[in-house]
Amino acid sequence: MKKRVSPIDIHRLLPMTNCRECGEENCMAFAAKLVNREATLDQCPPIMQEKYKTSFNQLWEILKPPIKEVSIGSGEHVLKIGGKYVLYRHEFTYHNPTAIAIDVNDEMFEDQLLKRVKSIESLSYTYIGQSLRLDAVAVRSVSGDSKTFGKAVMKISSMTELPLILCSTEPDIMEAGLVSSSERRPLIYAATARNWKEMAELATMYNCPIVASAPEGLSQLRSLIKTLNDYGCENIILDPGTFPDDGVVQTVTRFSTLRLTACKYDDELFGYPIMGVPMTVWMEKDHHPDVLKWKEAYLASMLIVKYADLLIMHSLDGWVVLPNLILRQNIYTDPRKPVAVEPGVRMFGKPDENSPLLMTTNFALTYYTVAADIESFGLDCYLLVVDTEGLSVESAVAGRKLTADKIAEALGHSSMREKLKHNKMVIPGRAARLSGEVEEATGWKILVGPLDSSGIQKFIHEKWTQT
Amino acid sequence: MDEITSRLRDALKKIQPNIFDTLDKYQEIELHDVELEIDELELFLPQIVRPITSVIEEESKRRKPTELIQVSYAPPDVKYNAKITEVILGATKAEGGSRDRRLVIGGETSPPLQLNEASNPHPPVISLDVFDTKIPLAKPVKAHFSDVLEDPVSWAKLAVEKFNAEMVNLHLVSIDPMVKDTSPAEASKTVENILQAVKVPIAVGGCGDPHKDLQVFERIADVTKGERILFNSVTLDMDIRRMAESIKKNEHVVIAFTPMDMNKARELNRKLFEYLPPEQIVIDTTTAALGYGLDYAYTIMERTRLAGLMGDAELAQPMASGTTNAWAAREAWMKMPPEWGPSELRGPIWETVTALTLLLAGVDYFMMMHPAAVKTVKDVIKSVSGKREMIDRPYDWTRIIIGE
Ligand code: B12
Ligand code: SF4
Repeated sequence: MKKRVSPIDIHRLLPMTNCRECGEENCMAFAAKLVNREATLDQCPPIMQEKYKTSFNQLWEILKPPIKEVSIGSGEHVLKIGGKYVLYRHEFTYHNPTAIAIDVNDEMFEDQLLKRVKSIESLSYTYIGQSLRLDAVAVRSVSGDSKTFGKAVMKISSMTELPLILCSTEPDIMEAGLVSSSERRPLIYAATARNWKEMAELATMYNCPIVASAPEGLSQLRSLIKTLNDYGCENIILDPGTFPDDGVVQTVTRFSTLRLTACKYDDELFGYPIMGVPMTVWMEKDHHPDVLKWKEAYLASMLIVKYADLLIMHSLDGWVVLPNLILRQNIYTDPRKPVAVEPGVRMFGKPDENSPLLMTTNFALTYYTVAADIESFGLDCYLLVVDTEGLSVESAVAGRKLTADKIAEALGHSSMREKLKHNKMVIPGRAARLSGEVEEATGWKILVGPLDSSGIQKFIHEKWTQT
Repeated sequence: MDEITSRLRDALKKIQPNIFDTLDKYQEIELHDVELEIDELELFLPQIVRPITSVIEEESKRRKPTELIQVSYAPPDVKYNAKITEVILGATKAEGGSRDRRLVIGGETSPPLQLNEASNPHPPVISLDVFDTKIPLAKPVKAHFSDVLEDPVSWAKLAVEKFNAEMVNLHLVSIDPMVKDTSPAEASKTVENILQAVKVPIAVGGCGDPHKDLQVFERIADVTKGERILFNSVTLDMDIRRMAESIKKNEHVVIAFTPMDMNKARELNRKLFEYLPPEQIVIDTTTAALGYGLDYAYTIMERTRLAGLMGDAELAQPMASGTTNAWAAREAWMKMPPEWGPSELRGPIWETVTALTLLLAGVDYFMMMHPAAVKTVKDVIKSVSGKREMIDRPYDWTRIIIGE
């Protein structure tokens, strides 16, 4: 097993001139950044020189993730898949959130296609200040006809900049699709035990990433990877098979086994990104569409948790996609530090000297929940965001990251004393127990607000002017 | 500082005079680590490094394969040091209780679904929540229990008879001094009635007030001696000794609850172990909803389970999850624009996704609410012990025609 890399291992191989071209104080500081994956080797111009070639190669070997990063698409819209360093989330941040692609097919009419592609592009949900979106379009050849497929791919390429995945197990159909989208560097789905030679040839010819698909089992998958590798394919994505219903557990187990083998045993053949296909639930025809959507939704969620780097789904329904977009966001946050926002004073609407002053913490989830509520009420007010190191109200109170002193300090640093005529502030209901101390520390009148920020409007309406 | 470390310091200073100033700035680099890494630095560096250009040359010279190259694969044989404690829930007549079956949780020797899906002996258990008094519930949940909201006995029966609950998870909310302040005697009457009405093992939860819960739990534990009821929960702010002794004496089981902190979980277990064998303890490290802290809940549970398997005896207990917390997420219950679908679907999928995520962290005992979520999680759990041979279904999904 690989040892954790220390900055000192890295430092030894850097030029050690402390030239600061990387923007760091010295090579050691840059080494620390490299170890934390906050910088990449190419940010040190000297190491790219010919004379450091051996060191560069050594560094590259040490720093490369056990799961290769594979990119789909070209130019601005390139989608990075994989690039994972660890098996468990707590060991290090997971990089490159699971990409979610939605399918279209070559038998759809142009207007249907356009509508679906636009829906894929426009679906978006704002969660803690981030816009959560879908990532790619998977074009399936349902017609079984290469001309039809080629035309469809051509149309879709003109409709969207999103990265494309071409889906057919017939090499001649695939080639027609590649001809129509060659500058887009689409992902080829898929090489199988049957068609690998032709598909590998296409992948090298068009310089595209390729999926190795072996639902038969992991030995077969391994054989296919090895073969593709030897053929010259370097950008491979693994499809070990996604099976719904009573196959869910075996599917997840295969994903885990692949990732364990790659991360903990430095196995290079399995060191590629993994893809899941929750849309296989649609192979079952006897069920109501809502039942299939339900199955697709939960199957996708299990694969997001356990190592899928890419998913292909069919359902575009909000209730299917939303939990998965949020789950993906959650699983891919940095476990070492909570998502936080800048502390300080925010203005909502057009507040004046009599407008209310509210207080909250700088945990992103807390801040954005409160902000969204205030915005939806159209309330004119100030919001003092106190630095709690990214903790929610209750956790911060319990962990003493939100104290009367901290609140007083934040208020002191703000210009609220000068701006406001009143000396009143509303604190969250969950910080009620601090109210007395805050009054003492600030000399301001403290109103204890409701437990949930959805009650702010009612509270301001009833309590603010009376006091 | 010991000798080796100071020698290293000197050596390092030669390499880089200001290294220690920098090191001090990066506090995460502990000197201890430095010592280790430097010692083994030479060993660690890859011995054979292939320069990039020659790799490419090599590749182009290589003959392309004409046949599929067969390579075999045997999964690594990962062995963990320890086994998670087995805990028995409920007792039959023969065992000193009155349930018609007992359930066993725990006993794991590997993380869930890591290598061999069937390697762990007992499938997780799902219990359905029942409340002893009317409480605010999300509409999609309420719809299924509207006739029984004020009658915990009928509610328990409905959970078992209609929704196939393996266990019933009674919450004595009304004992809260701020709610109805129901007396210990009255509360234990409710428990006895439920034991009469259903034959599955049961769990009994309090209101969160450490003093009141203790009083009520002690009373119930005495009256139901031998039933192996799962009490929910004992916390650090309780009189741990009294609680543990009551559980032990009356042959029950208890959930040790801590708020998202492995050290607190260890501390509570350590205190409990003084009075109670591990076979009577389940741990709950707190469940937060999808979108509202599930990431923390997941990682803390995953780490807890790994620690247990690696031999940390203070964490080697089966884990419980208050999965119903999923409904705290606004996206689960709130009315949203139509493109996000009705909360009748959003709510239960929220609970399902929260549960399945934690299933993958290693949870053994789920406390849940919505029947569709319960059924889905149960189906997934069932497939663990179901089909195990190679799946040889047709797989070409690229050509399927989907008519909606
Ligand atoms: C996730 C979580 C954590 C995460 C932290 C996540 C984070 N970045 O904050 C971690 C694991 C780190 C954590 C740690 C701790 N936690 Co914690 N944690 C939770 C959990 C599960 C969810 C908290 C959350 O994210 N809520 C969502 C946010 C949006 O809520 P919020 O900030 O309160 O905002 C709402 C309201 O306050 C209000 N509001 C906010 N601002 C404003 C402003 C105004 C003007 C108004 C009117 C309203 C308002 O509206 C918002 C939306 O509803 C809760 C339990 C639960 N289910 O609630 C426990 C909980 C808050 N934690 C708790 C505890 C004790 C702790 C620790 C002290 C544990 C410990 N052993 O050390 C530590 C403290 C942190 C530290 N390091 O010192 C306890 C607090 C108990 C108490 N009341 O004293 C809780 C309730 C768990 C429990 N039942 O015991 N925790
Ligand atoms: S650019 Fe390279 S050589 Fe220059 S200080 Fe940074 S790491 Fe050192």
